[in-house]
Amino acid sequence: MSAQAAQVAGRAAEEGRPAVTVDAASKVHGRGTGAVVALDRISLRVEPGEFVCVVGASGCGKSTLLSMVAGLDAPTSGTIDVPGGTPALMFQESALFPWLTVAGNVELALKLHGLGRAERRAKARELLAAVHLADFARRRPHQLSGGMRQRVALARTLALRTPVLLMDEPFGALDAMTRDLLHDELERLWQERGPAVLFVTHNVREAARLADRIVLLSSRPGRVVWETRVDTPRPRRIDSPETAGIAAEVTTRLREEVRRHGG
Amino acid sequence: MAVETQGSRDLSGLDALELAGAARGRSRLAAVFAALWPKVIALAIAVVVWQIVVWSGWKPDYLLPGPVAVGRAMGDIVTTGEFASAVATTMRRAVTGFALAAVIGFVLGIAVARVRVLRAALGSMITALQTMPSIAWFPLAILLYQLTEGAILFVVVLGAAPAIANGVIAGVDYVPPVLVRVGRNIGARGIGLYRYVVAPASLPSIVAGLKQGWAFAWRSLMAGELLVVIANRPALGELLDVYREQSDSLHLIAMMIVVLVVGLVIDALFGRLDAAIRRRWGMTGD
Repeated sequence: MSAQAAQVAGRAAEEGRPAVTVDAASKVHGRGTGAVVALDRISLRVEPGEFVCVVGASGCGKSTLLSMVAGLDAPTSGTIDVPGGTPALMFQESALFPWLTVAGNVELALKLHGLGRAERRAKARELLAAVHLADFARRRPHQLSGGMRQRVALARTLALRTPVLLMDEPFGALDAMTRDLLHDELERLWQERGPAVLFVTHNVREAARLADRIVLLSSRPGRVVWETRVDTPRPRRIDSPETAGIAAEVTTRLREEVRRHGG
Repeated sequence: MAVETQGSRDLSGLDALELAGAARGRSRLAAVFAALWPKVIALAIAVVVWQIVVWSGWKPDYLLPGPVAVGRAMGDIVTTGEFASAVATTMRRAVTGFALAAVIGFVLGIAVARVRVLRAALGSMITALQTMPSIAWFPLAILLYQLTEGAILFVVVLGAAPAIANGVIAGVDYVPPVLVRVGRNIGARGIGLYRYVVAPASLPSIVAGLKQGWAFAWRSLMAGELLVVIANRPALGELLDVYREQSDSLHLIAMMIVVLVVGLVIDALFGRLDAAIRRRWGMTGD
């Protein structure tokens, strides 16, 4: 772990608390007879520097969970504690600002955190180099491919230097090849920088490829039904037998879950 | 630079394929020509049709003069001092009225977009106001302000402000929610969220509203100058009426063309601004 990584991980660790603690959090949309329980008393912890993948069928409230941890949405009951402050959030759509250049998008995040112009420039250059987009700093988002846009979004997310990263199916819209490369990059950047990651996906192989721990959510209402540790040594490969074995196990569980709820 | 070489090398996968062939260029001159020739041909056809109607003898020459005579008359008009002062008066009114309409439209648009009660109260009224032909306001405006600059300004502002307000409202309403979420997540709050996310995201729609507002302002202004004649202060719209009274078709048509051209030139400026923003925002789809 690099010095910077240790520092980021340490910020949460020195308080002796998990990076994220979700305690019996529920989310109900609407009220009265039309109320829909999206999440039902969910409890989840993410340790500093840990990579946790949340897997579940569609409609299990995965995105709602991330929104609540990001502080964009409040739980109906229960508590959510993120001692390191608002975590950085990354979406399936890159959600880059189209009126800014690639560098401008990263720099805006730095500007909003009070960095001076020269510092912003240097930092953005460093972050874009880290996601291998140094040559594309002056381009606009619409001139990039989907995979490149997600790398910019990743650079912007890393610019916030939060001890926790939240990722909401960030590679869901990409082709398998591009996704595979981005898995490698994410793993490398996570190891270098050391944040805790809470990564939501419906792709079981992706979870087996990336996670230290996989958490399975049930559907309607979302609830933690099962979890497993993944101890495969890193760097991993998505097509390795170990990853395939873990994916198969998670798939079996997920199928049981989907069947129980009638698909 | 080592980093950059590595950057290019690591740009593999389907990214590299997608970007291949993205670069294409066309000379600027060719682009201007491609954009211009259909317009030139359309204009030529219009002039020919006009000339044919004149030759057909449908109306006597002194009522419906041909394009050549009108062209010559236009040359006469635009060199006079009266024309220069008329253009100055009209443009001053246009700029003042449009600027005031922009300020009012902006404030109104933001207020309606942000405050739920105001939206319920005023949202549909703004659209209703837009359907009201602005010339229908003049009798009231003249009673309120008599035959003064105030009457003209009143109607120009009423004509343009709703369109501008609607542009602002549409812009704020259609900011993609995910951009707002990202903006908040990266630390933009309160005014900052407006400055860095909402304002730039709604700019294309705001410019479209300004463009439409200009069209309304220009129409209202011409109607106003026909109705509200202020002594010793020639204006473009008023000159139209003067030539009509003198049964001077030649100069009337020449002046109409001037009015058309002024409107078109300013509309084209907004069009260019709009296109530049769309290109920059990546909304053109190429």
